[in-house]
Amino acid sequence: MQRATLDLWVGIFVVMGLGALLFLALKVGNMTGLESGQTYTVRAEFENIGGLKPRAPVKSAGVVVGRVVEIGFDNQIYEALVTMRLDARYRFPKDTSASIMTSGLLGEQYIALEAGGESSMLAEGDRLKLTQGAVVLENLIGQFLYNKAEDAESKGAEGKGAAD
Amino acid sequence: MMDMPRAGLRRIGARVINSVWRIGTGTRFFALTLLHSGQSFGRFQLTVREIFSAGVLSLIIILVSGLFVGMVLGLQGYETLQTYGSEEALGVLVSLSLVRELGPVVAALLFASRAGSAITAEIGLMKATEQISAMEMMAVDPIARVVAPRFWGAVISMPLLAALFSAMGIFGGYLVGVVLIGVDEGSFWSQMQAAVDLREDILNGVIKSVVFGVAVTAIALFEGYDAPPTAEGVSRATTRTVVTSSLAILGLDFILTAFMFSGV
Repeated sequence: MQRATLDLWVGIFVVMGLGALLFLALKVGNMTGLESGQTYTVRAEFENIGGLKPRAPVKSAGVVVGRVVEIGFDNQIYEALVTMRLDARYRFPKDTSASIMTSGLLGEQYIALEAGGESSMLAEGDRLKLTQGAVVLENLIGQFLYNKAEDAESKGAEGKGAAD
Repeated sequence: MMDMPRAGLRRIGARVINSVWRIGTGTRFFALTLLHSGQSFGRFQLTVREIFSAGVLSLIIILVSGLFVGMVLGLQGYETLQTYGSEEALGVLVSLSLVRELGPVVAALLFASRAGSAITAEIGLMKATEQISAMEMMAVDPIARVVAPRFWGAVISMPLLAALFSAMGIFGGYLVGVVLIGVDEGSFWSQMQAAVDLREDILNGVIKSVVFGVAVTAIALFEGYDAPPTAEGVSRATTRTVVTSSLAILGLDFILTAFMFSGV
């Protein structure tokens, strides 16, 4: 078959298109993730997960060490059951505590792990016992208002006492 | 007195019946094209020539529009995000809107007006100058020889063009956001990588562009093949190709988006 300049142009076009796809997959998307490496799964129960979503990061000291895989509801204890997959390179003690935090003021929610002091390490399928759920903004405001009212009341009582 | 409304009614009825007729013929034509596509892969040179005229010749308009769409997204996105103090999310905004929506849709709209109209005009003129009848006389199947290679050439080109559009747009957003305005480069890319998912976003974008490619090309080929063999007929068919395929792209985009992104 004869080679034509047309073939060259079509070749350039196809290579460019595939290159753009590759750029989208590697540079824009997150193909290079934890999925490829060795991982282990850990579970934790939370009173309230707030806006936590599957695939949210699990961080320790600000470094991403894993991802949330699944969020379920435990009908026995009425708490959220969060399954997360951690990178096998990072081992944590058995008494590690997990809490749900928000990055920035309006940012996404993530799980923060804080290492404990025990010598035995977490293994596949373990449960984290020390957890702290998400801070719900409404509760926070409610508590603030309640404290404010209490302050005003006690101040009022003091004022009355002084007047007597 | 009674003739006026009756004539109007008759015209409406004729239009409806005619359009149903055309939909049927179009579907049969599409099925025939798929059935007769063996030759476009057996003699791949035919398809390569069509990839050249549909894909390579559309490159300039796709690349330039992609660059400018990305640059505008960068500027506008920065203005809005800045009010919330989250201009680092610019990369996320630019990449998600391009990969999910603008890339496939705008590339397909440009493709419809650049390549779709050319296909219709070419086939319509081939018909008007009786080249198609001549082929039939020589026992060459015009659908296998003329229509199917154009179909596959355009369907292969479309996802590549959409990917180039998105990549170019992200580059444009990078140029304006990072180089010109000075958003932090590290957070631009890393937030983008954290937000864009390979399967959910990029693969769905590619699926969209393939569907749009099939729709645009099928419409363009049918309008060309069905055009009355006159100068006016070809010109009308070309206009109809652009209008119908643009509407088809937007309608299909709504349906696909509802399927892909709302269920999650």
